[in-house]
Amino acid sequence: MTLIATESLTKRYGGTVTALADLTVAVEPGIIGLVGANGAGKSTLIKILLGLLAPTSGRVRVLGLDPTTDSAAVRARVGYMPEHDSLPPDLTAAELVTHLGRISGLPRTVARERASEALRHVGLYEERYRPVGGYSTGMKQRVKLAQALVHDPDLLLLDEPTNGLDPAGRDAMLALVHRIGTEFGISVLVCSHLLGEVERICDTLVAIDGGRLLRADHISAMTTSTDVLAVEVSEGTEDLAARLTALQLPVTRDGRLLLVPLADDATYDLILGAVAELDLPLHRLDQRRHRVAELFATREPSHV
Amino acid sequence: MSEPTGVIHDIGYQRYTGPRLGRRHVFGALYLHGLRTAFGLGRSAKAKIFPWLVIGIVTLVAAGVTAVRSQLGEVVMTYAQFADNMSWLVIFFVAVVAPELVSRDLHSGVLPLYFSRPLPRGDYALAKLAALGSALWLLLGAPQLVMFLGAAFTTKDGMSGVWDELLDLLPGLLYAALWAVVFASVGLLIASLTGKRAFAAGGVVAVFLMTAPIVGILSIMPSRTVNELAMLGSPTALVHAVGQYTLGDLLVPGGQTGNQLGGFGPLYVAVAVLLVAACVALLFARYRKVAAR
Repeated sequence: MTLIATESLTKRYGGTVTALADLTVAVEPGIIGLVGANGAGKSTLIKILLGLLAPTSGRVRVLGLDPTTDSAAVRARVGYMPEHDSLPPDLTAAELVTHLGRISGLPRTVARERASEALRHVGLYEERYRPVGGYSTGMKQRVKLAQALVHDPDLLLLDEPTNGLDPAGRDAMLALVHRIGTEFGISVLVCSHLLGEVERICDTLVAIDGGRLLRADHISAMTTSTDVLAVEVSEGTEDLAARLTALQLPVTRDGRLLLVPLADDATYDLILGAVAELDLPLHRLDQRRHRVAELFATREPSHV
Repeated sequence: MSEPTGVIHDIGYQRYTGPRLGRRHVFGALYLHGLRTAFGLGRSAKAKIFPWLVIGIVTLVAAGVTAVRSQLGEVVMTYAQFADNMSWLVIFFVAVVAPELVSRDLHSGVLPLYFSRPLPRGDYALAKLAALGSALWLLLGAPQLVMFLGAAFTTKDGMSGVWDELLDLLPGLLYAALWAVVFASVGLLIASLTGKRAFAAGGVVAVFLMTAPIVGILSIMPSRTVNELAMLGSPTALVHAVGQYTLGDLLVPGGQTGNQLGGFGPLYVAVAVLLVAACVALLFARYRKVAAR
């Protein structure tokens, strides 16, 4: 079954601003990463999937249902975690998640049980009886995830779930999302502007830019070609570039950095050897995290 | 070292296969939540102070009126008049509770969590409106019940006395419902325009109190028609005028005043209905816009 399918989906605001342009994409169940720069149309797409916005033209199906005509049925089976702060500070996490569970149609006692379960799954235990206003950003993100999970949806829509988290918090959140997608058996659509983050957990990647589809593919097909090593030396950048080119490595300049595609571990040795031979002070040598910008750089000019 | 006697098993994630309730239950859940919020139940102690202070005052007034009547045999105020005399408290109650119900949700950004669920946005507005209306009706109706019980137990005419009291009470409760509906729809609409509770409270008070002088000015204009239409000038006066027209001497004991409304009674009723309808329509329009954001 196709999880989400769109056909020439277009959304214009007020006839002038185009948020989505002729977007056609179909994805299978699993963990889907939706990447794009700010303003690429990610949030607009999510709102259309939830039936909160009507598309200007085109068709869309979520879990085999049409959110423009059957939005209540879609929303009953979908959990949504918004990007922005969305928790009333004076309620406790347990009260809030229970209440929202009831709004999703759970009976009273079931809502209470499932709220405790959902909060436990996201890693909130005794804290859940304290008002949300006193929570850290990481805990608030967890509560937002728990409320999306409380009614046992078939699809989770997560809008920037790692927003505002420190590196450890990001890793924990991503691990949690990965667990939901694999162990819980719930499909997840993760929105992010950081390709490096979502590529670690998702099966399918959908990249959009300016409301247009850039690429939609399995993660394996997408990342192998974009692994890149960044080399920085304090002096002699030119010499090193020349030497590496002589070693048949396709070097590109990026400011003070040299970018070398990472074929295998031998690439490290070749670069280190070249630096040592030229006796250059090496500042850094690291594997670059992929950013959406790199996807944009490799796109065909016809898209511009 | 002893062996652990109990082991906590992580049973993992459980899918839910039980019933999912329909729109009516969801509406009911939101309505009840709103009604509890109105009286500060399930909230911090600070949130309980104001509603219960107001409830204390109206109950005290009702008890006092009942006591005076049973001891001295003097009717201080009728059931319907009770609502009129409490109008200031009602206004302040709306000014505090309406922002509590809707402005807080706007401010904290919790609305996307509601609207991403199978809850039609009109239902959200309607549930909040019903909650505020019920809270106001309880606020005005419960003390009338106290007055009724006091009168019924001290009546000297036996069952027919109780029956007469009941016939007086029912219009009083209906009049309280009119207050509740008009004040809830106007107050909630104003509060739904801003996420800042202080602004919302100020707006509600301003609309209800600042319009009172308009009525005063219109009623001393040198035209009889304008005088008779003066009470259209503010929601408070409008409710009072509808009460005068429909309840007559239950609200304005006989002979005290001439007919202030002239022949415009039906017009007042129509304006009251239109006012409520317009407020509800605007409230729906407001939430259609909020939900799409």
